[in-house]
Amino acid sequence: MSVHLQKDIEKLKKKILTLSAVVEEALYDAVTAVKKQDDELAQKVIDHDHQIDEMEVDVESDCLKILALHQPVASDLRYVISVLKINNDLERVGDLAANIAQRAIEMKYLGQNSLSFDFDPMFEKVKTMLEKSLKALIQLNLEEAQMVRAMDDEVDEMHRNLYHLAEENIRSHPDRTGIFLQLLSLSRYLERIADLATNIAEDVIYMVEGTIARHSPESIKMDETRN
Amino acid sequence: MENEMVIEKTKATDTQTLGKISVRNLNFYYGEHQALFNNNLEIEPKKVTAIIGPSGCGKSTHLRVYNRIYELYRDQRAEGEVLLDGENILSERTDLIKLRKRVGMIFQQPTPFPMSVFDNVAYGLRLHYKLSKSELTGRVEEALKRAALWDEVSGKLHKPGTALSGGQQQRLCIARAIAVEPEILLMDEPTSAIDPIATAKIEELVESLKDRYTIVVVTHNMQQAARISDYTAFFYKGFIVEYGETKQIFTNPKKKETENYITGRFG
Repeated sequence: MSVHLQKDIEKLKKKILTLSAVVEEALYDAVTAVKKQDDELAQKVIDHDHQIDEMEVDVESDCLKILALHQPVASDLRYVISVLKINNDLERVGDLAANIAQRAIEMKYLGQNSLSFDFDPMFEKVKTMLEKSLKALIQLNLEEAQMVRAMDDEVDEMHRNLYHLAEENIRSHPDRTGIFLQLLSLSRYLERIADLATNIAEDVIYMVEGTIARHSPESIKMDETRN
Repeated sequence: MENEMVIEKTKATDTQTLGKISVRNLNFYYGEHQALFNNNLEIEPKKVTAIIGPSGCGKSTHLRVYNRIYELYRDQRAEGEVLLDGENILSERTDLIKLRKRVGMIFQQPTPFPMSVFDNVAYGLRLHYKLSKSELTGRVEEALKRAALWDEVSGKLHKPGTALSGGQQQRLCIARAIAVEPEILLMDEPTSAIDPIATAKIEELVESLKDRYTIVVVTHNMQQAARISDYTAFFYKGFIVEYGETKQIFTNPKKKETENYITGRFG
């Protein structure tokens, strides 16, 4: 039984890593599409989202099969349960990347260039968080996972600042409310991706250590500061 | 390997937290061969404790010390202390009849006596109590009900116990054991000789019995240990490697040996 279980877990590992790579690329492309106002690239991200959805369903059915047929315990159980959750988080990141891509198309026609918002630091931070959380998953690296948790606070702060900036700009330029709302959504999507990357990191901690990191004092503190 | 084994320190040395059974520095020998090494364990009252481990690890040997049934065989001896409510049952002064009334036992193979269903359950009652016929009938019925067998045998109480199915025979043995109101039930692989449906019935029964009795189950079915027990002890080569709450042992064992065994990487 053990040999069969190990084979199925190896197969699952390959699939979740493939999904990670596809989702990471989707986010990268979506952010590039916003920066370069590339609506073709944005459309590609939107069109490819169904591929991520299909991969998610495939990984989930493999997890269910393992749980039903092998009834894993200890580290094997923690691995399958974590993959089941990470799979769901990755699919959500894929959806948010598609949403960002959609904003890229809409913003191109609203004249994004005339704005003083600098999204680069937030883009970079969120991309780094996702990269690190996936690195933590691939290498079962607790240090990377803890770094992601710490970075979530910084992204929350950036989102709050953008919120205030948008609020001020809407008051002073009510004729351009549309673009500010688009930017606010963009910021909100990035902040959600940061949350999902944090979830992935926390699931990696559970996978390796067997301790549930969610709602530990650190994350409670973070939740309190969230908008 | 024995030297490398880290023995899990249980609460055994802490007299403030005495279990229903406290095993202290228990060593067991089959003649010259030592089978158990410095076992320390606290069995919690009215909980189910599972003992797991690979074949030959000493789990049944350990269980058989709790009612000194090993003394039926020559050249077997236990050293150390096994305290039942604080009293050392390994003491020479222990009355074995009384001990075995307090500590009932269910074996791997159902062992109905060659007599009727009624007499099987009444056997221990007649031995330990002087009851009127109606009292005896009432106690037999109650034991069969508690063993979830009454509905299936109420119409054939005077048929031979050996005519029942394997699963029913095992529940008959449980009824026989609980009829004399023991405090502890020892179960040594109680479902390994019966089919999955009968196994499920025994497992449900264990769940219902723990309100009244302290139960210790030896099983090599790890899923069963996970399903039915509150605490689990992992034995390996006569040592208690790890002992803790079942949910912890099966989700996040502390010892590598436990992890390797329960995930099927050895054993």
